[in-house]
Amino acid sequence: MISVEHLTKRYGPHTAVDDVSFHCEAGTVTGFLGPNGAGKSTTMRMICGLTPPTGGGATVDGVPYRRLPNPGRRVGVLLDASAQHPGRTGRETLGLAAQVMGVDRGRVGALLDRVGLDSKAGRKRVRQYSLGMRQRLGLAHALLGDPRVLILDEPANGLDPEGIFWMRTVLRDFADRGGTVLLSSHLLREVEAVADRLVVIGGGRVVADGTKQELLAGTGTRVRGLEPDKLERALTGAGVTVTGTPDGALVAQADAETVGRTAAAAGLVLLELRPADGAGLEQLFLELTANGGTR
Amino acid sequence: MTATATATATPAVPTPRASAAGRPSVGRLTLVELRKMTDTRAGFWLLAVTALGYAALVAVMFFAADPPEQTFYGFFQITMLPSAVLLPVIGILAVTGEWTQRGALTTFTLVPERQRVAAAKLLAGVALAAASVAAGLLFAALGNLAGVAFTDGDGSWQLTAGALGSAVLLQVVNITMGVAFGMLLMSSPLAIVLYFLLPTVWSVLTSMIGALRTAAEWLDLGVTSMPLAENAMSGSDWPKLAASVGLWVVLPLAAGLVRLVRREVS
Repeated sequence: MISVEHLTKRYGPHTAVDDVSFHCEAGTVTGFLGPNGAGKSTTMRMICGLTPPTGGGATVDGVPYRRLPNPGRRVGVLLDASAQHPGRTGRETLGLAAQVMGVDRGRVGALLDRVGLDSKAGRKRVRQYSLGMRQRLGLAHALLGDPRVLILDEPANGLDPEGIFWMRTVLRDFADRGGTVLLSSHLLREVEAVADRLVVIGGGRVVADGTKQELLAGTGTRVRGLEPDKLERALTGAGVTVTGTPDGALVAQADAETVGRTAAAAGLVLLELRPADGAGLEQLFLELTANGGTR
Repeated sequence: MTATATATATPAVPTPRASAAGRPSVGRLTLVELRKMTDTRAGFWLLAVTALGYAALVAVMFFAADPPEQTFYGFFQITMLPSAVLLPVIGILAVTGEWTQRGALTTFTLVPERQRVAAAKLLAGVALAAASVAAGLLFAALGNLAGVAFTDGDGSWQLTAGALGSAVLLQVVNITMGVAFGMLLMSSPLAIVLYFLLPTVWSVLTSMIGALRTAAEWLDLGVTSMPLAENAMSGSDWPKLAASVGLWVVLPLAAGLVRLVRREVS
């Protein structure tokens, strides 16, 4: 279980993370979404005690990370697959971590197998690894201490489609056995397939937090007309809240019948009328990517 | 730090499972640090070059020195030259490598109490210094045997405990200074250059400026450690050595520890 309470990080006048709170329950995968520069990595580093927060705090299983006596046995962390000494072999990298954590050396070979790095890859120096192989090594590193919590920053980066599918299976399986997973991504579609909950962050603030069903469920009705401007005016005139989408369709906060009758009364031709499929979140996310991406 | 401040506010901190709890002991972390100093190419070659340096200097002394100078202690003293230069570099890289190779992210994720990692690195340095002395004794013994057998060397095996202790202390001071510079400067090239440059500049300045001469007597580690290298420490030499060690080792180490514990890892 991970609890984040009012985490805030300021760098001079710039607020990188602004009063972020969320919880990850055991048995679930939480997708931590946001465009690049939204504050995902800073939040995760604060959870892991690597960055001191300006305000607020975070706990893992009720304990602040820095108070965990042997954190590797509780929490598997993969924050940057490239943060390994390039001069060590994959096997040596895991061997060192096993020694620190006091884990049986035998697990090293088993973990390399589990993440799909064969003995030949294990003997190679990390310098020669592709990003995908580093991600696999990083996941092996995270799983080495047999933790109950996983914190992964952009683990799908550099993985091929088969690798992404494999990663999802591993994480789903981990959560189904009672583990807690927090994984970040800047791609909604990437985590949609595996996450139970979604926390969306933009400009350092949480802008959406809920179960995937809640956030992706049809919020309103998607409607597209031959004359979008007139349709929008008609709907607004009938007291229906309307938001635009990038492809010119509208999302109306009313059922299909109300929208249809309003359009008919105004004599407008409809081209599309159906429940909105998570367009709200997709829309929100696109807006964040468009505006929040730059600092 | 704020994280710890909120921690104290948490009413009941549950005790983790005993089996998984086992906080890695500083001893275990020291073994890990020794392994990290030797399992990369840079570390391996630095040690290999040090050993080669031992062999080369022993050979030079065997061929060039007068037979009466070819004693066990004579050979031993000359082997301490390469390690005095190269061990500090290993000490520097042991710390700066965490930042330049980005290993700090992994290291401090597994051991969030960074001062324990720092302690392990210092102890690993001490262990390496002791090992370098042991290796020096081995090479010196070979040189002495060869001297007796082939060049009519003096062949004396005399080595006092004081001489041995002085050699160990000197190596420990050197490598600890390296670790301290690495901790403070956090960059391999900067730390290595300043490690060699600053004491030299200081020596040159003090030899040129008369007003600094007294200061040099107390604060030039090269001057104050000379009697230690020659195993000729007198009563008045110890406070001078302590003062210069304070300036060149303890001070950067203290400042380096503060930086290490505070620095944001990203």
